[in-house]
Amino acid sequence: MRLTGSQIIMETLLEQGVDTVFGYPGGAALNIYNEFYNYRDKIRHVMTAHEQGAAHAADGYSRTSKKTGVVIATSGPGATNLVTGIATAFMDSVPMVAITANVPDSLIGRDSFQEICITGVTMPITKHNFFVNRIEDLAAVMREAFRIANDGRKGPVLVDVTKDVTGNYYEYTKEEKKIEEKEPIKIKNDEVLAEVVELINNAKRPVIFYGGGVRAADAREELVELMDKANIPCTHTIMAAGVNDYDDPRNMGLIGMHGTIAANNAMDKADVVIALGTRFSDRVALNREKFAANAIKIQVDIDISEINKNVIVDYSIIGDVKDFLQVIIPQIRENNRDEWIEEVTSLRKMSDASLKDNGYMHPKELITSICENTDKDTIYVTDVGQHQMWAAQYLKDRKTKGFVTSGGLGTMGFGYGAAIGVQVANPNMRVVHFTGDGSFHMNLNEACTAVSENLPIITVILNNTVLGMVYQWQTIFYDKKYSGTKPGRKTDFVKVGEGFGVKGYKANTIEELNSAFADALKQEGPVWIECAIDPNERVLPMIPGGGTVEDMIIG
Amino acid sequence: MEIKKETVSIFVVNQPNVLIRIVSLFSRRGFDIESLTFSATADINVSRITVVFNCTKPVLEQIIHQTEKLEVVIKAVALEEDFKIERELLLSKMFFDDSNISAIKDAIDVYHGEIISLKKEYLIFVVTGDTKKIDSFVEIMQKYKLIEFCRTGITALGQGTKRALLNK
Repeated sequence: MRLTGSQIIMETLLEQGVDTVFGYPGGAALNIYNEFYNYRDKIRHVMTAHEQGAAHAADGYSRTSKKTGVVIATSGPGATNLVTGIATAFMDSVPMVAITANVPDSLIGRDSFQEICITGVTMPITKHNFFVNRIEDLAAVMREAFRIANDGRKGPVLVDVTKDVTGNYYEYTKEEKKIEEKEPIKIKNDEVLAEVVELINNAKRPVIFYGGGVRAADAREELVELMDKANIPCTHTIMAAGVNDYDDPRNMGLIGMHGTIAANNAMDKADVVIALGTRFSDRVALNREKFAANAIKIQVDIDISEINKNVIVDYSIIGDVKDFLQVIIPQIRENNRDEWIEEVTSLRKMSDASLKDNGYMHPKELITSICENTDKDTIYVTDVGQHQMWAAQYLKDRKTKGFVTSGGLGTMGFGYGAAIGVQVANPNMRVVHFTGDGSFHMNLNEACTAVSENLPIITVILNNTVLGMVYQWQTIFYDKKYSGTKPGRKTDFVKVGEGFGVKGYKANTIEELNSAFADALKQEGPVWIECAIDPNERVLPMIPGGGTVEDMIIG
Repeated sequence: MEIKKETVSIFVVNQPNVLIRIVSLFSRRGFDIESLTFSATADINVSRITVVFNCTKPVLEQIIHQTEKLEVVIKAVALEEDFKIERELLLSKMFFDDSNISAIKDAIDVYHGEIISLKKEYLIFVVTGDTKKIDSFVEIMQKYKLIEFCRTGITALGQGTKRALLNK
């Protein structure tokens, strides 16, 4: 069948099972958009306010579905506007394919209008990228892009196509999407696996420490099975918040810079640490040499380059975390470990922060109230800053089906675009978007997208009028010199929201919040709830960079 | 932990942009390059990049794993210290006169080099050898009126009958 390059792009997307794309048109992409029109019954195109929002939407879509998010932009500024979104996906290992149109091949390299070498710009932030200026390469590149995005440790791939290719004709033959066979787990030899099992069975003070890899591997069931069988307490990174029940007595909560007293202390006292799908980031292993210094460390990861990159470990197993757990669980002995569990539980009791009565809602009550009053399976999305940490610390409830946050890059402005992608991927779930006034000011214009697409996202704005997290650091380490963190904005979020066509509420007390939230649950379109928060509220505990448990600030 | 010179053979697909992908990886990960050479192989689709790094053993492990993550890289192999042969080439241009031409010729002979261009006032010669040999010859050259010189950096092969590309 002779098709144009644009049609080949559509057909290869359909081969991959893509039915939704986020994007923004432009001159170089005209041919492609002409085909989006022709294919509109098969592929839904969601247009956003800004390409960054589209990239974050594709990211949120990928994280909460078993599909690969796709974002499409035009050349030059369209492509460069994707950069933050692609980098966000890269740092959190999210599969994504970004398709950018470029100027015609005859104009490449001549500083043409809206020409940018986007493959050069995105080289460090993609698993791989492609520049297609020959139509004969197009179909194979599209298929390869999806394969790479989903192979092993997932991540974003960019395909840059020149305009002439999108208009030329070439012979296209449909190919069935190849189901890649998963690589079996790699261990040096069976003896190592036996040693690891023995270590776990004989450990007196073991800790399971898990991260985003457990989410990516969909290994929640196996994780809980191991914890149940061997009675081992667990702690997690922000990328795995919500995987385990907050109320599970063995769940010590978040670890690291803003981790709980229990988690950070238990890690210090542990004799065996089982690290599943986590990379010992600098937010967790604040002091690389002293992290879990007393423990034998076992690291299981799909990416061999994460072994011994930050923290030196004693045993490593390369492969899918789910596979690993399925292999060892039958060999794990049941164990009481009452003493250790008791120690951990008493540490946990120390973690409850005392709530000051200063006239403001406390973030803990706010977040807890929302979790308790949500009506159905809920996916939480956050932006970046204090509100993000509080959400990770206080999120609870069995109705939590997902926690979407920019952990690796820490992108402010990620939230609204991501929430849009999440809601599009999960039309029957409740999507709650926690944000701060700082983060929200960055990309609140995506409200127009939520309105046009009629997405009932509930955005809860924790407004403390300052740039919270930076403000906190300036309070503690910079002598309260609040430089660039008190913008003195006069934004009336309710009015702004209404201007977009969004229903707005203001809540200063828990009662007002409960009433606003109950009303919000009934709305068919997007909603904003602005809540006043104390600017001097701090995220605690806190361990500064390079520090250990001894440096923890509790109050 | 000791920083040593480590030689790595990197087999890559023969495509445009491959070199920049490799080198920008080293740059952003802070891997310290001593030298880099690029060569064809018997397979027209495969090129071989030989890099000498200054690094510790743990960093060498990171170099291998991070490099192999790149889609354009087929394999990265660290050549073993006592199990490899390395050579680089030095081209050098010097002034000479009747008083020192014999000494210069003798030095070149001792190092098994060759004068490849002899003009009225200057000569150009070539010397090949491992890094230590070339380093010491460069020192000797400083005695004379050196105009300029150019080194290629090393290329290397491991010993043994197996191709490095097929290493486990």
